[in-house]
Amino acid sequence: MKNFTYYQPTSLSGVLKVLDEAAGKAEILAGGTDLLDRMKEYISQPEKVVSLVGFSGPFKEISSIAGHPPTVTIGAGVKLVNIAESELLRPYPALTSAAAQIAGPQIRNMGTLGGSLCQRNRCWYFRDEHVQCLLKGGRRCFAHDGENQYHAIFTQGHPCVIVHPSTLAPPLMVLGATCDIRSHKAQRQIPIEQLFQAPVKDGQREHTLAPNELLVSVTIAPKIPPGATLRNASYEVKQKETSDWPIVQASVAYYTEAGGQVAKGVRIALGHVAPTPLLSPAAAKVLEGQEVNEKTASAAAEAAVEGARPLSQNAYKVQQLKVAVRRAILLASGAKPYWEG
Amino acid sequence: MNNSPGDRHDGVSRRGFLTGTGAVAAAAAGLQAELKQATAQPRVDDTNPMGPAPVLLQLTVNGRSLTTHVEPRVTLLDALRNYLDVTGCKRVCDRATCGACTVMVNGRTVYACTMLALEARGCDIRTAEALVRGGKLDPVPTAFVDCDAQQCGFCTPGFVVSLRAALDRNPRATPEELEAAVSGNICRCGTYEQMRHAIVQLCQKGG
Repeated sequence: MKNFTYYQPTSLSGVLKVLDEAAGKAEILAGGTDLLDRMKEYISQPEKVVSLVGFSGPFKEISSIAGHPPTVTIGAGVKLVNIAESELLRPYPALTSAAAQIAGPQIRNMGTLGGSLCQRNRCWYFRDEHVQCLLKGGRRCFAHDGENQYHAIFTQGHPCVIVHPSTLAPPLMVLGATCDIRSHKAQRQIPIEQLFQAPVKDGQREHTLAPNELLVSVTIAPKIPPGATLRNASYEVKQKETSDWPIVQASVAYYTEAGGQVAKGVRIALGHVAPTPLLSPAAAKVLEGQEVNEKTASAAAEAAVEGARPLSQNAYKVQQLKVAVRRAILLASGAKPYWEG
Repeated sequence: MNNSPGDRHDGVSRRGFLTGTGAVAAAAAGLQAELKQATAQPRVDDTNPMGPAPVLLQLTVNGRSLTTHVEPRVTLLDALRNYLDVTGCKRVCDRATCGACTVMVNGRTVYACTMLALEARGCDIRTAEALVRGGKLDPVPTAFVDCDAQQCGFCTPGFVVSLRAALDRNPRATPEELEAAVSGNICRCGTYEQMRHAIVQLCQKGG
């Protein structure tokens, strides 16, 4: 790891000041589970590392979960374990179950919401110090005709076919989350979909934050009419039970009105299948206004994979994605998981 | 790697010959003076820049205050092992995967290889060395000994710290919950079956 100057500001303005003055030569250190790995592999070599531990205690907004469901604000510095175990977030199993399944206990004790959303991708060509891929100033993406079994199936013409690594992004997208972003002189709120982009060259990241901006918090505010019941769930297909990124992930949220079983306000998001987490309006449209059962869930799952263009080694992910979408919808409806025997 | 002089363990240490000199006592006195000065200085800049040259590091490890100097890039694991002679936590993958470096920070398990030492200042750090109280072995390593739950033993300090942390949070944890608690630890020798026996013994004896 290249050495650096370490900053531990005791105020938010201190963090933003260092980021502003560093002009892109600083990295933000929260849990460190992604950043330290990148620095050890010389993928990132910042001159300055700005730690959030110095002020995240006193600055509640970045370190706490607050609000009254359906509107809850989660600080970007909140640890994954605290999201998984939060009482306030109980109405959002799509989010809490996703957080509870990330990696292993140690990572969940270290990693944060902001880190999950802003981490860099896991493509093995990108992560190899000696490979100069598109995202590191090279001329081509080696995954296109290389080892691509875990890469995108919705490549959408992007020259780089990574999958977005965040497991918290799809549930937050279906729960209608917005991001609070601050810089030295400005503050902005954006829907979480706009936090992500497909990077195509050196200097671009998987998120749209400027180098001098900090993600402070994410607010969940699902749009449901008074008296309606919010239903939501996530389902992941993994190679191992723990300590792994999902191969595919689906998150679903909808509401039912009193006494009814018809799904309304359906939102379905797909994870680990494209360079950004993807909302699937096609799948949501199929389920909208329908009673949720295995048949309608399967129909929505078929719609979710329309337009998939798998690479040479990952056609299997299309079938897995169908399964994930169907099971996430059925889990959200409260149906007994038939696949658990 | 530097083996900077730090506080020593009580009794004989493998590295005692490196640290057991009169010069160490003088250096330690110097550190204490520097620490006093550092904490007494009024804060002029709330961005608190440190390094890249070595900076003063004070950690609370297993209830003892240890002091040394490290560059900002030194991880908690390397600070403990190479600067402070706390060698229970092991360096294996150094990439937050294998769990051999697992320590407790404020009661929660973390991969010490993936945390900067400077980030752990002011925290209560506990390592496998803490699993002996008054000469008596903690029930977790005791169960490992009883059930022969290790072969080469290199991963063991990580496993026992993970289990201790889980039992501290919930002394009535089920075997399934304890297995989940060690899901971030890997044993290359594959002694998982004996570890299962140790876990069952721990649950029967109530942690």
